Amino acid sequence: MSDVAIRVENLGKRYRIGALSQRRDTLRDQLVYLGTRLVTPLRGRGTLAQPLDEVWALRDVSFEVRHGQVLGVIGRNGAGKSTLLKILSRITEPTTGNVRIRGRVGSLLEVGTGFHPELTGRENIYLNGAILGMKRTEIERKFDEIVAFSEVEQFIDTPVKRYSSGMYLRLAFAVAAHLEPEILVVDEVLAVGDAEFQRKCLGKMSDVAQQGRTVLFVSHNMSAILRLTQESIVLEKGRLALRAPSPQAVDHYLSAGHDRAGERIWESSEIPPEAAPFQPVALRLRDRRGGIVDTVRSTEPFVVEMEYILSAPLTGLRVGFYLFTARGEAVLTSFDLDETAMFERHTNRPAGRYLSRCLLPADILNQGRYTLAVNASSYNVRRYFMDEQALEFNVDITGAPGMQWSEPRPGAIRPRLEWQIEALKP
Amino acid sequence: MVSESTVQKAELSVTDIRPSRGWVALHLRDLWKYRELIYFLIWRDVKVRYKQAALGVAWAVIQPVMTMVVFSVIFGELARLPTDGDIPYPVFSYVALLPWHLFANALQKSGISLVGNANLITKIYFPRLVIPVSAVVSGLVDFAIAFLVLLGLMAYYHLPLSWNMLWLPLLILLALATALAAGLWLSALNVQYRDVQHMIPFLTTVWMYASPVVYSSSLIPEGNWQVIYALNPMVGVIQGFRWALLGAQAPDASLAVSSAVVVLLLATGLFFFRRMERTFADIV
Repeated sequence: MSDVAIRVENLGKRYRIGALSQRRDTLRDQLVYLGTRLVTPLRGRGTLAQPLDEVWALRDVSFEVRHGQVLGVIGRNGAGKSTLLKILSRITEPTTGNVRIRGRVGSLLEVGTGFHPELTGRENIYLNGAILGMKRTEIERKFDEIVAFSEVEQFIDTPVKRYSSGMYLRLAFAVAAHLEPEILVVDEVLAVGDAEFQRKCLGKMSDVAQQGRTVLFVSHNMSAILRLTQESIVLEKGRLALRAPSPQAVDHYLSAGHDRAGERIWESSEIPPEAAPFQPVALRLRDRRGGIVDTVRSTEPFVVEMEYILSAPLTGLRVGFYLFTARGEAVLTSFDLDETAMFERHTNRPAGRYLSRCLLPADILNQGRYTLAVNASSYNVRRYFMDEQALEFNVDITGAPGMQWSEPRPGAIRPRLEWQIEALKP
Repeated sequence: MVSESTVQKAELSVTDIRPSRGWVALHLRDLWKYRELIYFLIWRDVKVRYKQAALGVAWAVIQPVMTMVVFSVIFGELARLPTDGDIPYPVFSYVALLPWHLFANALQKSGISLVGNANLITKIYFPRLVIPVSAVVSGLVDFAIAFLVLLGLMAYYHLPLSWNMLWLPLLILLALATALAAGLWLSALNVQYRDVQHMIPFLTTVWMYASPVVYSSSLIPEGNWQVIYALNPMVGVIQGFRWALLGAQAPDASLAVSSAVVVLLLATGLFFFRRMERTFADIV
């Protein structure tokens, strides 16, 4: 029994979201609400307290983590991962169920929490350490080690607002990495920084895992999950869908749900009410023969298409996508109205059903896994819809330039470039 | 909400997390456990406050001194408000402005403290009381600096110091407790209703005129009015300051009323704060 570090039983968390007009976030709304309650006492609490939409971010989740185990937590955006971590790190309370934790919990939901831009690197190490729950003596003891890990020795007495974003992240992660709780709860902190730094973070994380510490590790980065964890749980729409050895869990996640690979279909329940009049239908990836695919060949062009409905005419709407690597680095951004001619022709869109289709030429992407995020907005006016994790796909580089050497090539793009070699006379 | 106990057998602290309902225990001991965090938050506040300000720490002095000058011209010279005995008006008002600014700044800072630290609240666990408490205490540094000016002012007017000064720490504590009590209510409400932060400056102004800052409390009619007046805890604090430093009339009865009000406000504020605390991270 005492072998269990974390026991989660029937955990549930309900959020009230509701349309904006129904929320009572300002005093005026609350007063109006109370006024309505007073003049219609017979309708009672039931009818008026209910119009708030309730969403279960987490429902009936139960699992156990043994001491020394590194458990992965995977799931799509909105599957309840962050809510789970927030409950385990006591930031928010569950609505139902309970959790029993044996050991001191350190949680890293982001790096650099509480960093103050005006303070120097040295000062921020102390401040951030204290916020993460370290004792002052502990910070003093580890100070040199933290500075060495962060590689910002020269700038340690410079305000961090003068740091480059890379230096800032390195320092922030360095403090967090030297936290020594019995149980560590980590969320996506590796999705930041350059590739070099991410490697270092992953290295540090696997050190932590090997020291026999209990770790709960949430990530969208499946290769990190596979590398750091033996076992994972998969969350789907707030429920525990599967607990399995990590390779199996990752497979399940990548092929999960009703979405076919290479296609993302939005159900009406997934579309926030603020999106109206924009209503996303589907995002698809097609190869040059028109088939829906989740792996594209880098040597062939492919198509990203977004299908959507406008329930009312819109002016200035642009629909487009962001392309990210699996590590979260942005590769490119493109919108359907980018070209002036397109802008002039389609800036006024009547209500109706649309397909915005984009042809990506061959020889752009390097090998690996990519994520498409969808954005529908009017510049400087309103963002109607955004899904940061709409679709994932693979790029196969068979036939790409440089394939005679088997080395993996760093970089998100792998264009076919024109080289010339000239023999110069001595 | 959360209880912690050390299990001898496992030698690991056990934390139980479950939903809480209604009023919950205060767990003030947690504040002590997190005293280092309080210290660092105060330290951050003090360090950051005057960074990149050309005049730096001088602002801690400029604010009360300029207010004193304005009050001396308007209320002392033009309106000729009477002071207690023959105390010069500048000293008379400055002695009141010291605890007043301590209180008003503490109230303002603690009132918006939870929303201002939303990034911490949504990412890290610690007893949320840490935030308004450190916001209130961090004003003491400014107070100490402004206090030095008072000593200079008293020397200038040849006013003697008395042993009654030893009561000042208790009076300061009362001012901070008042600010914390109101700050607990306001900060918790501000999480849900941002109206509160617009209300605070107005509230502070009204409160100042309801306290004997620019005028002497002897202007208030004797009897019941004095008791009602003393319901404002800052009345006792400011009367106490004038008594301890300038030898004005002792605040005896009003101080008792003020203290009782503060204790009541603080106790209800703590329970209210703890009750609201569980949803801070969700709605801030």
